[in-house]
Amino acid sequence: MEGQEKLLEIHHLHKDYGNGAVLKDVSLDIHKGEVLVLIGPSGCGKSTFLRCMNGLEQIQSGEIRLDGEVITDPKTKWSEVRQKIGMVFQSYELFPHMTVINNILLGPLKVQKKEKKEAEKEAEQLLERVGLLDKKDAYPRQLSGGQKQRVAIVRALIMKPEILLFDEVTAALDPEMVREVLDVMLELAKEGSTMVIVTHEMQFARAVADRIVFLDGGEVVEMAAPEQFFTQPETERAKRFLDTLSFE
Amino acid sequence: MGVFYGRIEKLDTGFMAEYFPLYVEAAKLTFRLGMTGILFSLVIGVVCSLAGYYHVPVLRQIAVVYVELSRNTPLLVQLFFLYFGLPKIGVMLSSEGCAVIGLSFLGGSYMAEALRSGLEAVEKGQMESALAIGLNRFQVMRYVIFPQALATSVPPLCANVIFLIKETSVFSVVALADLMYVAKDLIGLYYQTDEALLMLVISYLVLLLPISVAAGLIERRLRYAGFGD
Ligand SMILES: Nc1ncnc2c1ncn2[C@@H]1O[C@H](COP(=O)(O)OP(=O)(O)O)[C@@H](O)[C@H]1O
Ligand SMILES: [Mg+2]
Repeated sequence: MEGQEKLLEIHHLHKDYGNGAVLKDVSLDIHKGEVLVLIGPSGCGKSTFLRCMNGLEQIQSGEIRLDGEVITDPKTKWSEVRQKIGMVFQSYELFPHMTVINNILLGPLKVQKKEKKEAEKEAEQLLERVGLLDKKDAYPRQLSGGQKQRVAIVRALIMKPEILLFDEVTAALDPEMVREVLDVMLELAKEGSTMVIVTHEMQFARAVADRIVFLDGGEVVEMAAPEQFFTQPETERAKRFLDTLSFE
Repeated sequence: MGVFYGRIEKLDTGFMAEYFPLYVEAAKLTFRLGMTGILFSLVIGVVCSLAGYYHVPVLRQIAVVYVELSRNTPLLVQLFFLYFGLPKIGVMLSSEGCAVIGLSFLGGSYMAEALRSGLEAVEKGQMESALAIGLNRFQVMRYVIFPQALATSVPPLCANVIFLIKETSVFSVVALADLMYVAKDLIGLYYQTDEALLMLVISYLVLLLPISVAAGLIERRLRYAGFGD
């Protein structure tokens, strides 16, 4: 990754919900076009880490920079920053009172003030890409989990973010639907999107990641290329974590 | 039944026709003041429920105290306080002013509770996913949270509208010529109790039935058409 532009820089991040540190001195750079996969045991702070990156959680100390600009500042205009940092959630969180197309258009129309026709065309192209154009007038309730999650990805994509955060986006899906969502993400990776992915799908992690970050107890315990991490983990904690997974 | 029919036959239709316009005027007054009060109730309800939802310091505590105070005192007592109590400390309000303020004070808490339950029913993740696409806090409320809350709140809100129109029947204590007042007046003057009361019941039905039906329609539309069921 040397020589590549740093997109997101995280320096000495501390996060505390008021009952002990959840993230302890986390530092990490994410480069343009990089796919970083964040793994670690449940409760180790993965979601919190992602949520700090787009200001859904306040941090106690440390600094995050996007394109070199500090975004962990009281004066940060999160509404602008979040257009550059898209996020997809485990539970989809589509807006149930809006059709698929309106879910997708809300950001472009209300945040970016785009023209309706133009935005609609883009939305349809994106829906086409994830194979859901025929669902554009459906309500979220009428979709399967996998379809909902693909719509949620489109809703993030249409903002043309510089980086996308995925928080266990397949964890709530029935097994037969996991693949259709992972395929979309693989596709995005191939196109050079910058992504931070939290996942328990180790096969997928191995396939998609440029770098694996292993988080445990709120600390970055190991950071390595996927082959390296999965075949020769350096730390005892990473070994143990991988062992527990192989029993699943 | 025989007794009842006998009484209907003996109804003085001439009397009813003569005083019918009084009821129309009174119904208009009831409707106008009722609707004004309901409108303010909704405004108060929105403010109080949002103060709670956003945990706005001070305002939220005020809202809690207000809701308790409002829900646990009868409108009659509230009106007495406004009409007879306030002048003692030098605040004179017109009859209509008292009526609207009293109804709004009562209705605000009911509307607040109806909206609060709707806001609480919205999935917690909705706020975050809306923020995540760059909407500001106001837009999140306007486009994402509030419409969902409102859909849940429509049945109790409609029930409140009907409840509040019915509550206007105590307006006569502040010397307003509302429906109740007209009926009582006629009974007092002419002892035509049957006719006066019958017209009173019919007046309220004419006022409330359309509202009931409209509320039912709105409810059904929101429940079945809204979210693609
Ligand atoms: N809103 C919150 N308030 C208090 N504690 C929280 C909150 N969210 C998460 N935590 C705690 O922070 C730790 C990390 O949680 P999380 O980031 O969700 O972990 P992960 O996503 O890795 O499972 C956990 O111990 C969790 O209980
Ligand atoms: Mg998590």
